[in-house]
Amino acid sequence: MSGQGTRVVLRGGGLSIRVHLRALAVGAALLLAALAIALVNLSSGDFPVPVADVLRSLAGRGDAGTDFIVYQLRLPRVLVTVGVGAALGASGAIFQGLTRNPLGSPDFVGLTVGAATGALVVMLILGGGGIQVSAGAIIGCLITAAAIYLLAFRRGTQPFRLILMGIGVSALLEAANSYLIYRSHLDEALAAQVWLIGSVNGRGWTEVVIVGGTLAVLLPVALHYGRHLTMLSLGDEIAVLHGVPVERSRAVLALAAVGLSAGATAAAGPIAFVALAAPPLAARLTRSPQAGILPAAAMGAALLAAGDWAAQHTLPGNDIPVGVVTAALGGVYLTWLLFRERGNRG
Amino acid sequence: MTDDARLKADSLTLAYDRRVVAEKLDVRITDGSFTVIVGPNACGKSTLLRALARVLKPQAGAVYLDGNAIASYPSKHVAKQLGMLPQSPVVPGGVVVEELVARGRFAHQRLLRQWSPEDETAVAEAMRLTEVADLADRFVDELSGGQRQRVWLAMALAQQTPILLLDEPTTFLDLAHQFEVLDLCAELHEEGRTVVAVLHDLNHACRYATELIVMRAGEVLAQGAPAEVMTADLVEQVFSMPCRVIDDPETGTPMVVPADRHRRRGARMAAAGRASS
Repeated sequence: MSGQGTRVVLRGGGLSIRVHLRALAVGAALLLAALAIALVNLSSGDFPVPVADVLRSLAGRGDAGTDFIVYQLRLPRVLVTVGVGAALGASGAIFQGLTRNPLGSPDFVGLTVGAATGALVVMLILGGGGIQVSAGAIIGCLITAAAIYLLAFRRGTQPFRLILMGIGVSALLEAANSYLIYRSHLDEALAAQVWLIGSVNGRGWTEVVIVGGTLAVLLPVALHYGRHLTMLSLGDEIAVLHGVPVERSRAVLALAAVGLSAGATAAAGPIAFVALAAPPLAARLTRSPQAGILPAAAMGAALLAAGDWAAQHTLPGNDIPVGVVTAALGGVYLTWLLFRERGNRG
Repeated sequence: MTDDARLKADSLTLAYDRRVVAEKLDVRITDGSFTVIVGPNACGKSTLLRALARVLKPQAGAVYLDGNAIASYPSKHVAKQLGMLPQSPVVPGGVVVEELVARGRFAHQRLLRQWSPEDETAVAEAMRLTEVADLADRFVDELSGGQRQRVWLAMALAQQTPILLLDEPTTFLDLAHQFEVLDLCAELHEEGRTVVAVLHDLNHACRYATELIVMRAGEVLAQGAPAEVMTADLVEQVFSMPCRVIDDPETGTPMVVPADRHRRRGARMAAAGRASS
């Protein structure tokens, strides 16, 4: 059997769609897993609600008490978790495809650090909160993206240069973030530090709208250019020769990926490693050379939903930020990645 | 304007960053020809080919396709007319041969027309012609240089373009495979395609080309049928190498036979003497 697995072609009226069966199955399974974990997250907590009651409430036939717990306390958090995970997974798949490098994810090239700087400026200097922090994160992310682009893309586009430049810029921004926290009052510094870990605790419908809106606008754009991403992974030369408008495709894809990670960070803070790990994991499961944007998004959603479940249950009575869990898992993943690389070369 | 050259270059300045490879370069690719570009290393032949395929943007001048600047067309339109086998493409990890060849159909596909029956035939045909059908399920990064070269060629053929450019298509190939690829090019040419190839071996070039473009230091020194162009004087002028040009006993085309080692050394020293005086 070939490494890529079977493809199914649906044709009719001059139209044809080719589906990678395994990718479809994996994507669907991951999405179901994400939803199942989300359902578990909806039913568990300080006031356990049986899954059946959760479903009844979601169907609009629950009692007032359950409705309050589900709609006001838990559903926003669960939706933010799934949405942020999906946005990070999709963003990571695009960046890793464009840079042709498994380390080319938004958290490595400094975008999430830049978003954090934006948020910290709002929190600690301008004294803003809530949606203003989210806006600060989005602006910070966009400015960082523009800066990296201008610094790295001056002479042609070299993916590796982009990654190195991103690492440099993120080191600078980390320093700025530390300084911002150092010069602030203790209580503000604590709040900022908690935001920096990345969390879905206490997220409400505002954050659902932010991440949902981001996905609704940018995911279709990214998917439309998904085939261009596959061609770009063969190098600019081959892509041009086969009719990819390289500059435009790359700009659109990069902007979509920046937007997706900005939206995710605005909603939940800089959650680490989901964008880095979700695409390669999805690629392994789908046995394809690079993850499709949708399977990576589904993988991101499942990872973060599972991470949030673990965050709520690993330490009894303690609802730790999901960013702690993803950072820990991410560390393990990165170590494994490095070992595997060495194994391949050795 | 009627013209027998769909593809031509007008007053090109070609450069990588600040290193200028060619200036004021004019080239016309005769329609339906099998044009072979020859010349010493670093004379700009691959650079010219890359410019003709719009992979390299000229710093001045322009490449024209069907009378209009090639840069003025949508990228997909050009990709349906003109394909190219590049010299050393990035080898993608984890992609199997059939998948890579199938990606050669990109220009013919749209979002809702992802895999037409024509796509299927084109890919199968390209893999048959380049004899990589047996490798269909193998990973490209696990193949030998020669196999890989044929896979990239298959990808370019799947594109089904009337104009096909090939940058050193015979590198990495053993003698038998070199001639198979050249035969394939000749067949494609006989089917009516315009084929343009950069080759190193002058004897291969003379055997297969209907038209030669001889380059040196970014300039075209001669263009025409091999029998008219390929002379001992030209070879000496271009490669600084004394030789005899005889008739190929097999095909009657010009055949370059380099002079004996001692005679060539004498010529080199004479040239050095001229240069230093």
